Amino acid sequence: MRSTITSVWSPINRFLEWFGDLGLFGWQVVRAAAKRPFEGRELLRQLDEIGSKSFPLVALAGAAIGFVLALESRSSLARFGAKSMLPAALVYSIIHETGPVVTGLVVSGRVGAGIGAELGSMKVTEQIDAMEASGVNPYKFLAFTRIVACILMLPLLTLAADFCGVLFGWVADTLVEPVSFHRFINQGFVSASFRDFLAPTFRTAVFGLIIGMIGCFQGMRTQGGTAGVGLSATSSVVLSSLFVILADVILVKFILVFFS
Amino acid sequence: MHPEQELLRAVEESGATPAIESSSGKSDGPAVVLQGLHRSFGSQVVLDGIDLTVQSGETLAVLGRSGTGKSVLLKLIIGLQKPDSGSIRIHGEEITLLQLDALNELRKKMGFLFQHAALYDSLTVEENVAFPLKRHTKMTESEQGDRVKELLAGVGMEGDLQKMPSDLSGGMQKRVGLARALALEPDILLLDEPTAGLDPITSTEINELILKLQEEHDMASIVVTHDLHSAKTIADRVALLHGGKVLIEGSFKELEKSDDEFVSEFLKRDS
Repeated sequence: MRSTITSVWSPINRFLEWFGDLGLFGWQVVRAAAKRPFEGRELLRQLDEIGSKSFPLVALAGAAIGFVLALESRSSLARFGAKSMLPAALVYSIIHETGPVVTGLVVSGRVGAGIGAELGSMKVTEQIDAMEASGVNPYKFLAFTRIVACILMLPLLTLAADFCGVLFGWVADTLVEPVSFHRFINQGFVSASFRDFLAPTFRTAVFGLIIGMIGCFQGMRTQGGTAGVGLSATSSVVLSSLFVILADVILVKFILVFFS
Repeated sequence: MHPEQELLRAVEESGATPAIESSSGKSDGPAVVLQGLHRSFGSQVVLDGIDLTVQSGETLAVLGRSGTGKSVLLKLIIGLQKPDSGSIRIHGEEITLLQLDALNELRKKMGFLFQHAALYDSLTVEENVAFPLKRHTKMTESEQGDRVKELLAGVGMEGDLQKMPSDLSGGMQKRVGLARALALEPDILLLDEPTAGLDPITSTEINELILKLQEEHDMASIVVTHDLHSAKTIADRVALLHGGKVLIEGSFKELEKSDDEFVSEFLKRDS
């Protein structure tokens, strides 16, 4: 009986401990962020590292999703005689759900792993200790700059993914039945308002917060040499992807209640 | 009343006994005082009541077997770890009670050379040495550049400014680490195994470099090492850790004269 309780309680206990540590880590970052210097140069470097360098992958993922969605939806809609609804269905689907979630997952794969591995490697080679020993707060220089860069870049990357998705949706549609891009866009956005577009795009800022926080947290608590670095990179991707999906579910409900 | 007299009167009235700072900002008292320092990891007691004092301008070598807490001692002194109990005073200031901002201010007066140099591997040699200067001084870019060149020339690395740490040998990394540790002209230098993993010729070069830097900068230094030859060359005093305590402390000659079985064994094994 006791072993059953222990085997159930132990993972719950570990999760609660992890969550508590994550909360403390967040508090350290917020405290460090409130003080000068604001590390503007490092923030710019991270914006480039996280934003510009993720752009090709995010754009490609958006384009592929748009292309496939258009092809798949076309035959389904044609069956119900609603072929003309394709642009509107595609735009609605991409800006509401597919664009933000695909961007969140692609970035959590690329950036989450990158941050986890980079900070993990810095931790095990004592580079973070060296930074602290020279009087520089690593919570600000390393964590705050990366988290803010993730928060700022995710909505912009989502815009890129949305644009590429719609563009390649049109390409797929026009390959089957030629239609001008202008007409496709007009039909696509006929029932969409700016409000439809705003809330889903900006909810990716929350995805950015999750990816940045978890990547930095997992990286900065790395232990045990190269194996530990690998574990941090993997756990950063797995946990940030998981929490992005969970946050998506919660935020969709929130947006439906407050923005529709 | 003269401002200094006012300050002394205020101190007397408060009953506190702070270290009196000289005009250079350096304390006239001991640079580092450790009292009753305890540190455990789980059930393993690593430091079990360490008492040590290092005067300004003095070099203390800390010897001991692997796992006796020598590196932990250095990390406690610079505040990277917290002691379970005990006192650490840097120029009279109790660092275990300091908030992070105050601790960071104090850390600017200390230089730390890590065992594996811990150079930032995404930065060049020049950027590594400039890192503390960029964060803590108001130097212009050109002043920083001149200072970096001067520091790297001091450790014989002036020709490797644009190299990445991965392109350097272990000895070269230690030299750059030393240059970075000296960037802010520290009063206290902490060296963790400066000659570990280096060949005898490079070890001798590093020892000579440390001696030269000590003469030039007049710092208090604490050197953690396994290398008895290195300790003999660069240290004024040595302390041997055993069982979490300072087993013996004094000059190297005093160590050699000791009747203690462990001390004799330790010195014999390395000779």
